[in-house]
Amino acid sequence: MGVPEKTVFEVYRYLPDSEAEPRFQSYEIGYRDNWVVLDALNHIKASIDPSLSFRWSCRMGVCGSCGMMVNGEPKLTCETFIRDYDTDTVKIEPLIHFPVVRDLVVNMEDFMEKLPTVSPWLIPAEEPGPGEYRQTPAEVAHYKRFSMCINCMLCYSACPVYGLDPSFTGPAVLALAERYNLDSRDDGKGQRAGTVTAHEGIWECTYVGECTQVCPKGVDPAGAIQMLKLSYALDWAKSFVMPKTARS
Amino acid sequence: MTRELERPLPRSWWLRKAAYFQFMMRELTSLAVLAYAALMIWALWAAADTGSYSAFHDFLTSPLSVWLHILVWVLAFFHTGTWIALTPTVLVVWRGDQRLESDVIAAANAFLFLTISGALFWLVLR
Repeated sequence: MGVPEKTVFEVYRYLPDSEAEPRFQSYEIGYRDNWVVLDALNHIKASIDPSLSFRWSCRMGVCGSCGMMVNGEPKLTCETFIRDYDTDTVKIEPLIHFPVVRDLVVNMEDFMEKLPTVSPWLIPAEEPGPGEYRQTPAEVAHYKRFSMCINCMLCYSACPVYGLDPSFTGPAVLALAERYNLDSRDDGKGQRAGTVTAHEGIWECTYVGECTQVCPKGVDPAGAIQMLKLSYALDWAKSFVMPKTARS
Repeated sequence: MTRELERPLPRSWWLRKAAYFQFMMRELTSLAVLAYAALMIWALWAAADTGSYSAFHDFLTSPLSVWLHILVWVLAFFHTGTWIALTPTVLVVWRGDQRLESDVIAAANAFLFLTISGALFWLVLR
C-alpha cells in the first residue's frame, strides 16, 4: 500500500452554548509521516478551525493532558503516530466515561476528588531524621512501576467497571495506594484501608485488565489492584489467627 | 455554568472490543463451575436416600449427562486456564531486586493444577 496523500480526521464536536447535541466534523489535511495525532489537532486549530477545543501541554508523554479516544482506543495523542493507522480516516473523540465539557475536553473532577482519599503520600511510622531518606535499589524496585502514573485517565476510559459505576475508586487511584503501601518508608497501609477496601474500592474491580493494556507508562493498575486484594485479605485473615503484635 | 454531556455506557459495551468479549467469556464460564458444584450437592443429597440415588445414577449415565459433563469440563478448563494465566499479576515474587518471570509463576501454577487434578483422578479411578 502506497503512502496516502491525505488524512481525514473525524473529530467529535460538542458546543453546549450553541448546539444541543454533539456531532462529528471532518477535517482533511495532507498526510505527514512524522506527525502524531496531537500535531494534526494543533494544525487544525491553528490553520482550519480555531474553535476546536482540546487539552495538551508537554507533547512528550509526560504531562498526561492529551488523552483522547483515537479510533475507539484511549491514547495519548502526543505519542500516537498517524502512520500507525492503516485507514486514511482517523476518528477522535473525548475520553469515554467522563462528562464532556466541550469538544475533546472532559471533566476530570471525579478523579481529582478521589485521588487524596487514599493518602497518596508517605506516612512514616515515625518522623524521619534529617538528611536523605534512603532506599536500596531492591526496595525501590518493589513499587517503582506503580509510581510512574501521569494521571492521563486512559485507564479510567478503558475500565468498563468505572463506566458502569462511576463510584468505583478506579485504577489509577488504587495503583497509587499500592505504590505507597509497597514503599519501605511508608506505614500508612492501615490508614488507606478505609478507601481501598470499601465496596467502591478494590472489590469492585472484576479484573478486565484493559487499564494495564492502555497505560502509556507501564504502570499495571490491574496488577496493583489484585495485589491489594491479596494483601488486605491476608491482613483480614491474620486478624483472626495471630496476636495483635504479629499482624503487621 | 457550561452544560456537560454525560455519555452512559451502552449494555452492549462488551461487544465493542475483543478484550471485553474475552473477559465476559471468562466470567460466563464460571457458571459452568457453579453448575458442577450444584451437581455435587445433588449427589450428596441423593446419597442419603437409595431411591433418589438410583434416579441420580440414571441421570449420570444418560447421554445428555455425558454431553453436559464434556461441555462443563471444556468450559471449566478454559476458566481455569484464564485464571492461571492471570496468576503472575497477583503472585509477585522477588529475588533481590529482580522480579521472578511471569512465565515461571504461571507454569508453576499450571504444574500444581495438573498434578493435583491427576492425583485426584488417580484416587477416584484406582
